[in-house]
Amino acid sequence: MSEGSGGRAALKVKAAELIVGGLFLALGLIVIADSVRLGTGWEEPYGPRPGYFPFYVGLIISVAAVATMLRALTIRPEKNRPFVELGQLKLVLAVLVPTAIYAAVVAWLGIFVSSALFIAFFMRWLGKYAWWKVVAVSLGAVVAFYLIFDAWFQVPLPKGPVEALFGIA
Amino acid sequence: MEEIQSLLHGFGVALSLTNVLLMFTGVVLGVIIGVLPGLGGANGVAILLPLTFGMAQQPGGATSAIILLSCIYWGALFGGAITSVLFNIPGEPWSVATTFDGYPLAQKGRAGNALTAAFTSSFVGALVAVIVITFLSPIVANFALAFGPPEFFAVYFLTFCAFVGTGKEPAFKTLASMMTGFALAAVGTDPVTGTLRLTFGSTHLLTGFDFLVAVIGLFGIGEILLTLEEGLAFKGAAAKINVRVVLETWKELPRYWLTSIRSSAVGCFMGIVPGGATPASFMSYGVARRFSPNGAKFGSGQVEGVVAPETAAHAAGTSALLPMITLGVPGSPTAAVLLGGLMIWGLQPGPLLFVEQKDFVWGLIASMYLGNIAGLIVVLTCVPLFAAILRVPFAVIAPIIMVLCAIGAFTVKNAIFDVWMMVVFGVLGYLFKKLQYPLAPMVLAIVLGDAAESSFRQAMLVSHGNLSVFFSNALVGSLTTLALALLLWPLAAWTLRKVKGD
Repeated sequence: MSEGSGGRAALKVKAAELIVGGLFLALGLIVIADSVRLGTGWEEPYGPRPGYFPFYVGLIISVAAVATMLRALTIRPEKNRPFVELGQLKLVLAVLVPTAIYAAVVAWLGIFVSSALFIAFFMRWLGKYAWWKVVAVSLGAVVAFYLIFDAWFQVPLPKGPVEALFGIA
Repeated sequence: MEEIQSLLHGFGVALSLTNVLLMFTGVVLGVIIGVLPGLGGANGVAILLPLTFGMAQQPGGATSAIILLSCIYWGALFGGAITSVLFNIPGEPWSVATTFDGYPLAQKGRAGNALTAAFTSSFVGALVAVIVITFLSPIVANFALAFGPPEFFAVYFLTFCAFVGTGKEPAFKTLASMMTGFALAAVGTDPVTGTLRLTFGSTHLLTGFDFLVAVIGLFGIGEILLTLEEGLAFKGAAAKINVRVVLETWKELPRYWLTSIRSSAVGCFMGIVPGGATPASFMSYGVARRFSPNGAKFGSGQVEGVVAPETAAHAAGTSALLPMITLGVPGSPTAAVLLGGLMIWGLQPGPLLFVEQKDFVWGLIASMYLGNIAGLIVVLTCVPLFAAILRVPFAVIAPIIMVLCAIGAFTVKNAIFDVWMMVVFGVLGYLFKKLQYPLAPMVLAIVLGDAAESSFRQAMLVSHGNLSVFFSNALVGSLTTLALALLLWPLAAWTLRKVKGD
C-alpha cells in the first residue's frame, strides 16, 4: 500500500487537484467559446440555438473547476498528502507507456500481432517469466481472441500484414 | 393480476434451452469479470456487447441477448463478494462494505460462512428488487406513456440532481464530472438542427464520443492503473464451501430478517433513484450497525455485517434496471451499458417497450428471477474455482485484460481512434478516482446528454422559452422541485454544519 514502500511523493494532492481543476477549467472555456460561436440565444422558429445548452454546460464546468481549485488552495501543508509516490508513479508509467504504444501500433500491425507483443512484453519485463511461458501465453491468448471474436461471433478486428500472410485478412 | 400472467408468459420465453444455457454462460462470465481486477459489471458488459450484435438480428434474439448481458451483470454482482471476503480486495466498488466484516470472518476461518451469507443475501436482495420491478414497472411505464418533453426533461434532471444530493463526493466535483459528460455528449452533430458542434474540424469527432469507449477506459484501464499502485501480489484466505457450512449459515440467517428487510428497502430506493449500488451498500451497512443489537461488534467479523451491504448492493443493482426499461433512464453505469445495447439492437427503451415488445420485457423480467437462481447455484458450487483465478499473477492477467479492453473499444465503431480514446479515458479514470471525482454521473451524462438536451429544447419550443413549463402541472412540478431540493441539499447540509458547529 502507500505506506512502507517508502517512496518520496512525486506529486502532492494539492498540486494534483490544481492540475486536474485547471484541465476542467480549460475544457469549460473551450466549450463556452465554441457555444458562443454557434449562438447561445433564441432563434425563431428553431427555439434555442445549438450553442444554448452547451454554453451552460461549459459555464457550470468552469464554475465547478474554479470552486474546486479554490478549495484545493486552502489545503494546509501538513494535510497535503502525497498524490502519488515515486515508486508507484514508475509502476504506473511502466504500464501506461507500453499501453499507449500498443494503441498506436494497432493501426499498422493489426490487433493480433500487437496484442501478442504487448502481452509478451508485459510478462517478460514486469513478470520476469521464462521465454517459453511468455510465448505460450501470448500466442494462446491471441489465438483464443481470434477464435472467439473473429471466427465464432464474426466481429471483425483490425488486421495487418502478418494476418495477410496467413490469408485471414 | 395481469402482471402475473405476463410474467408467466415471460417465463415461457426465458425457459428455452438456449436461454437457460445463455443464463449460465452469462453468470459464469459475470463472476469471472467480477473477480478480476479492472473488469467490472459496466466495462465487462461493454466489452462483450459486440458479441450480441449478430445474436440480436435473429427473431427473438434480442431477448436472448439481453438475458446473456443481464446475467453477466448478476454474475458480476455475485463475484464482487468473493474477492472482498477472501482477499480483502473489493472486486467491485459496491463490495467495499462487504470487506469490513467479510474479511475478518475469513481470517477467523469462517470464509465459507461469510461467502454463503453474502451470496444468499445477494440473492434475497435481488429477489426483492425483481418483485418490485415486476409489479411497479408496468405502472410506471403506463404512467410514463403520457409523458411529454417537459416531463422527460424533469426525470433526467432529477436523475442528475440525485447524484449531487446523494453522492459522497464533493458536490462541485460531481458537477464537474457530470457536465464533462454532457460536453462530451454534445460533440458531433446537434440533435435538433444538425449543426456540427465542438468538433474543431476533426473528422474523428464528427460522430461524437461513444460512451462505451468511455466506460471501458474509465473503469477498465483506470482500474488497472490503480490496482498497480497497490502492488502486484494478492494474498488470500482459502475458500472451502461444503453443504454443512451452507446449511449452518442458512440456519443462522433468518435471525437477521429485520436487517434484510431494511437493507432491501435501502437498496431498492437507491437503485431506482440513481444513487447506485455503492452508496446503497455503505448506507445499509451504516444503518445496520446503528440499529442492530450487536452493532458494536461490527467490523470484527459479524455475519450480519456481511448481510447488510450485500443485500442492499444487489437490490440496488437490480432495481437500477427499473427506470432503464420503463423510462429509458438508467440508474447505474451498467444499466446504461445495457440501455446502449437495446438501442444498438434497434429497440427504443422507454414506456412503449411494454406495449410493443411484451415478449422482450417480460422475458427479461422472468430471466431476472431465473438468472439469480442460476447465479446462486453457480457461486455456491464453484467458489474455489473462481478464487483460483485471482491467484493467476497480475503480470499475466493485466495485459490480457488490457487487450480485451482494446478489442472492446475497437469493436464499438470499428475505429482505431476509439482505442486511443480508451487510453485517454483510462488516464482520466485514474486521476478522477484518486481525486474523488465520481465516474458514474459522467457516464450517464454521455449516454443521456443528447436525449436530455432534445427534451429540454422541445419543452422550451412549446413554452416559447418560458421556464415555468417545468412547473406547469403537478407531476412535472413535483419532479422539478424534488430535483432542485436534491441539487441544493449539499449546500443546505453545509450551512447547517456551519451554524451548528464552529
